[in-house]
Amino acid sequence: MTPVVSLRGAGLQFGQRALWKDLDVDLRAGEFLAVLGPNGSGKSSFLKVLLGLQRLHSGTATVGGRPVERGSRKIGYIPQQKSFAADTPLRARDLVALGVDGHRWGLRLNSRIVNERVDGLLDLVGARDYAKVPVGQLSGGEQQRLRVAQALATEPELLLCDEPLLSLDLNHQQAVSALINRQCRERNSAVVFVTHEINPVIEYVDRVLYLAGGRFRVGTPEEVMTTEVLSDLYNSHVEVIRANGRIVVVGLPDATTHYHDDAHSGVEEGH
Amino acid sequence: MDFGDILHTIFNFEDYGELLALVQNSIWAGAVLGLLGGLVGTFVMKRDLAFAVHGISELSFAGAAFALLVGADIIFGSLAGSVAAALLLGLMGVRARDKNSIIGVIMPFGLGLGILFLALYQGRAANKFGLLTGQIVSVDTVQLQMLAGTAVVVMIALAILWRPLNFASVDPEMAEARGVPVRGLAIAFMVLLGISVALSIQIVGALLVLALLITPAAAALRVTTSPRLVVLLSVLFATASTVGGILLALGSRIPISPYVTTLSFLIYVVCRIIGNVRTKRGINGRTGIPLQAAGRPAEDRAVAG
Repeated sequence: MTPVVSLRGAGLQFGQRALWKDLDVDLRAGEFLAVLGPNGSGKSSFLKVLLGLQRLHSGTATVGGRPVERGSRKIGYIPQQKSFAADTPLRARDLVALGVDGHRWGLRLNSRIVNERVDGLLDLVGARDYAKVPVGQLSGGEQQRLRVAQALATEPELLLCDEPLLSLDLNHQQAVSALINRQCRERNSAVVFVTHEINPVIEYVDRVLYLAGGRFRVGTPEEVMTTEVLSDLYNSHVEVIRANGRIVVVGLPDATTHYHDDAHSGVEEGH
Repeated sequence: MDFGDILHTIFNFEDYGELLALVQNSIWAGAVLGLLGGLVGTFVMKRDLAFAVHGISELSFAGAAFALLVGADIIFGSLAGSVAAALLLGLMGVRARDKNSIIGVIMPFGLGLGILFLALYQGRAANKFGLLTGQIVSVDTVQLQMLAGTAVVVMIALAILWRPLNFASVDPEMAEARGVPVRGLAIAFMVLLGISVALSIQIVGALLVLALLITPAAAALRVTTSPRLVVLLSVLFATASTVGGILLALGSRIPISPYVTTLSFLIYVVCRIIGNVRTKRGINGRTGIPLQAAGRPAEDRAVAG
């Protein structure tokens, strides 16, 4: 079976600085890949490559067996939560509708079909109660549910998630990641989940891609999230502790890595 | 002149029926511009381009003044000025902050040029004044046809771009991820905006274009967030302002613009009050029990580890 995502010898660099190189990764349908690493390690750029918004410096990248292209219907994208201005003329259901037909030319002539589709997607993520509320008045968690619905509008083979849990409280973190996991298991979508914190999704993750210092490691969480591997990647001693099914990394050289002190890390990368 | 005289100058409805017949063209022109302004205005608001409209209109004024000076067609002059300004902004100002400083730089320059051209112009003073404050009463059939034709072209273009333009305006990051040509749409819209500004200047003048392209849409946004209703109300408000303004101005010798701007301002005030009352009452369309307030954005972050 062709992998949903396939990178061969992929490399990305900005100026003289190599973010990563010689990256070989395959992702099968229904597989959940977490992409971890410190700020500036190229996590978000990894997603941009798959979205066709960022060209590789070397190597190849395919989605669904074909070279990456902009605006592929095979891909659903869930961005970081960002707040909308309070008077943005967009209700919850309109945000979801953008995912259904926002990219099409012309006026919407088939409102009934689009509305039904939007209703279905709202039900899927449990957002029916606030369907008509302006997005500017929704909480971060509610917005991210809508982002999931918006991303699922095309029934994508591949879900790309860029720190979707950032700035959400724990309840909403769990709800949103469970929704993404459900799409992965029930609809067999492949998921690439960029995060700086693995624990909220630890029970869903099949494999980890850890990017750091221009190098990377791919494998199951048990293989990658170890003292040896991370110490090697960071070139300094890092302690990985497991407790109650959670993973705690201690002594990271880059203090920003596992803490939420920079909400915009994903945006800054790659510019 | 006492108050009664002033009032009589502002509102004079003598021989109204005969006058009405004479200004049919003007009323149609007002309706066309209201429709266009209401439609374009919604995107101006979504894209946060209010300041850009002002900048474009000053350059459009300079273009029209230059055309007046050299004896060329004024509409053509104002079109050339505003499309040039719009393209400049579309190509240069990608980021909002950039855009605002560029507008701040070209706006006084355009206004200065316009004043220079007008100072050099030796013709009728009414022509000069009309560029700044509008002159709808003199619309002839040829002008009306030209106006309506151009407006229809702009509206057709807008209809074709509608959904992706909307996507790119309200949710640009996502639109880009979906392959919507965000940058190309930004430039295309600036051109449409430039044309709309040039057309509106014929009616309300360069200084008051905002009343046609911004106020109606801004008012609509105060009372609804339904995309369809915003467009509908915006068009309704803009048309009511222009046509209503023309009808009120008919008997007096005062330019049309104060009537149009006052009407659109009053509509905005009313909408703003309605919007505030609703916000206070917490009416926002939510059904069922709202989720706990804990989910407000950006405040509650999960603790690491």
